[in-house]
Amino acid sequence: MSRPRTSGVRPQERPQERTPPSPPIGPASGPLPPRAAIAYDLATAAVLWRRDLVRFFRQPSRLAGALGQPIIFWFVIGAGMSGTFRMGGAPRAGYLSYFYPGVVLMVVLFASIFTTLSVIEDRHRGFLQGVLAGPGSRFALVLGKTLGSASVALTQAVLFLLLAPAAGFPYRSVSWPLLLAALALAAVALAALGFAVAWGVDNVQGYHAIQMTLLVPLWVVSGAMFPLPADRPGFAAVMRWNPLSYAVSAARRALGGPGAPGALPGSALRDVAVCAAFAGAGLLLALLAARRPPRP
Amino acid sequence: MTGAAAPRLALEGIAFRYGAREVLRGASLEIAPAEIVGLLGPNGAGKSTLFAILAGLLPPAAGTVRLDGREIPAGARGLRAISGIVFQAPGLDGKLSARENLRMAAALYRVPRAEARRRIARLLEDAGLTGRAREPVERLSGGLRRRVELARALVHRPAILVMDEPTSGLDAAAFRAFWGSVEALRRDEGVTVIITTHQPEEAERCDRLAVLSGGVVVACDTPAALRARIPGDVVVIEADEPDEVAAVITARLGLPARVREGAVHVEREHAHTLVPRLVEAFPAGRLRAVSLRRPTLADAYLAITGAALEEDDEEAAA
Repeated sequence: MSRPRTSGVRPQERPQERTPPSPPIGPASGPLPPRAAIAYDLATAAVLWRRDLVRFFRQPSRLAGALGQPIIFWFVIGAGMSGTFRMGGAPRAGYLSYFYPGVVLMVVLFASIFTTLSVIEDRHRGFLQGVLAGPGSRFALVLGKTLGSASVALTQAVLFLLLAPAAGFPYRSVSWPLLLAALALAAVALAALGFAVAWGVDNVQGYHAIQMTLLVPLWVVSGAMFPLPADRPGFAAVMRWNPLSYAVSAARRALGGPGAPGALPGSALRDVAVCAAFAGAGLLLALLAARRPPRP
Repeated sequence: MTGAAAPRLALEGIAFRYGAREVLRGASLEIAPAEIVGLLGPNGAGKSTLFAILAGLLPPAAGTVRLDGREIPAGARGLRAISGIVFQAPGLDGKLSARENLRMAAALYRVPRAEARRRIARLLEDAGLTGRAREPVERLSGGLRRRVELARALVHRPAILVMDEPTSGLDAAAFRAFWGSVEALRRDEGVTVIITTHQPEEAERCDRLAVLSGGVVVACDTPAALRARIPGDVVVIEADEPDEVAAVITARLGLPARVREGAVHVEREHAHTLVPRLVEAFPAGRLRAVSLRRPTLADAYLAITGAALEEDDEEAAA
């Protein structure tokens, strides 16, 4: 290297009275014991988790939007489709009723997309900078942000589920543990995918482009709007390989019973297991994305 | 043990590249306990990248980091836990209040709850924010928000404070208040401070300055010692055609003359003797003004690196 270098520049001696007692740094300067590392990670994940929920409940416009948008969507699309859509096998269920579980998943999907969008801005100018420079690990950041976004999405879904009786699903007939488990896992999966896309793309336009071409079609072919087409085996295969189909299927079973119209052949347990695998894969992807150093 | 003289933080041969572009090419620096060290350089000199490495945001491609004489991985969790970071871009959640932002920072660093409460109350009071601690941060003025940023970085009593251009955009009063707090922290709590800057007024307040140019630390000394590298004074000549005037000075008087911000600068010992010669060398009307001043850190930076410290800020500040 031909450049002048000043390696080993010695700190300048300062007069005695200006030198304050330098505090002992203590054990923190050595390698941290594993227990302390885990404690920092838990603290980091908890802070991010709570922050998303606090922000959500503090903005009334988001609460209103969270309820208004799916209701309009449900009625407008539902009413429009009910004239042309004929369902096989469902005795007089009505399209609004058929469409309802799909809209619940749409609430989860859109809420996850919306809440993870903030990652893009937040990591360059905002709260996440401080989290990244703090003592928590990247994994804690991914976990906290994903759980925070998923909790917001689940809260929105539960608010929309208050309308279940209007769709023909009385509260008492709903299998809540199955429904909430499937929705929570789907929310974690979608939030984690959102995080991975947000971190990897790192600009808002690119984020929307990817989400609209990847996640939204995933929802459309998940059985949310129409069941497995019996006469189109290729299309049916796509739906069977789509993990979101199993979340929709679980929601149908939870709301309409084990043999609900539109549910995939198989058991509720299988549906939930696929959702869990989807969530795990999403988290793994998000973690891989977050480990990568940022691009210039 | 390396003894009492061990630097709190020592960087050696830190390198970093973005793709094909080498941003840092072996930067080395030692920082003593309770020292205020400025990383001085214009945008693009690599100081923000060095900041990001110190803050644990970027992994360096090469180089070693020592904390109190012990080698640690760059961005090690142990270093992150004892560092307070102030970012150039806002680092607060605008929707949350000052108190909530501080509480979350305290939780990130696992400050025990009772201690955090006391500490936050004290920091809010010191920042003059007690009355507005419940307002969303986005409603506070820029100066007040900066105070919350500093408080956020201090909530866990860091031993090392690392700041990236923390005063950019502050007015003179807010600038003085900010530096008052930083100097008090060093004096009262022995905090070691690393600060990136491209403003000469800010650089003057540091104990030592690490001059960054082309991705290496080309000089590291006190502001006075850096200024002393320029012998004598600076003559500033304002003229309508500065480039021609500079050429004439070089040709006729044999002196190196540079044009900066539309004025001709000549550095020289006994510069006062140069003034009458200059005036006589040009016909009346060619020169608008000739003045003499002490060299600034911006002059020193130019002399050391051959590059200007400030691009357009100086005119705005003048």
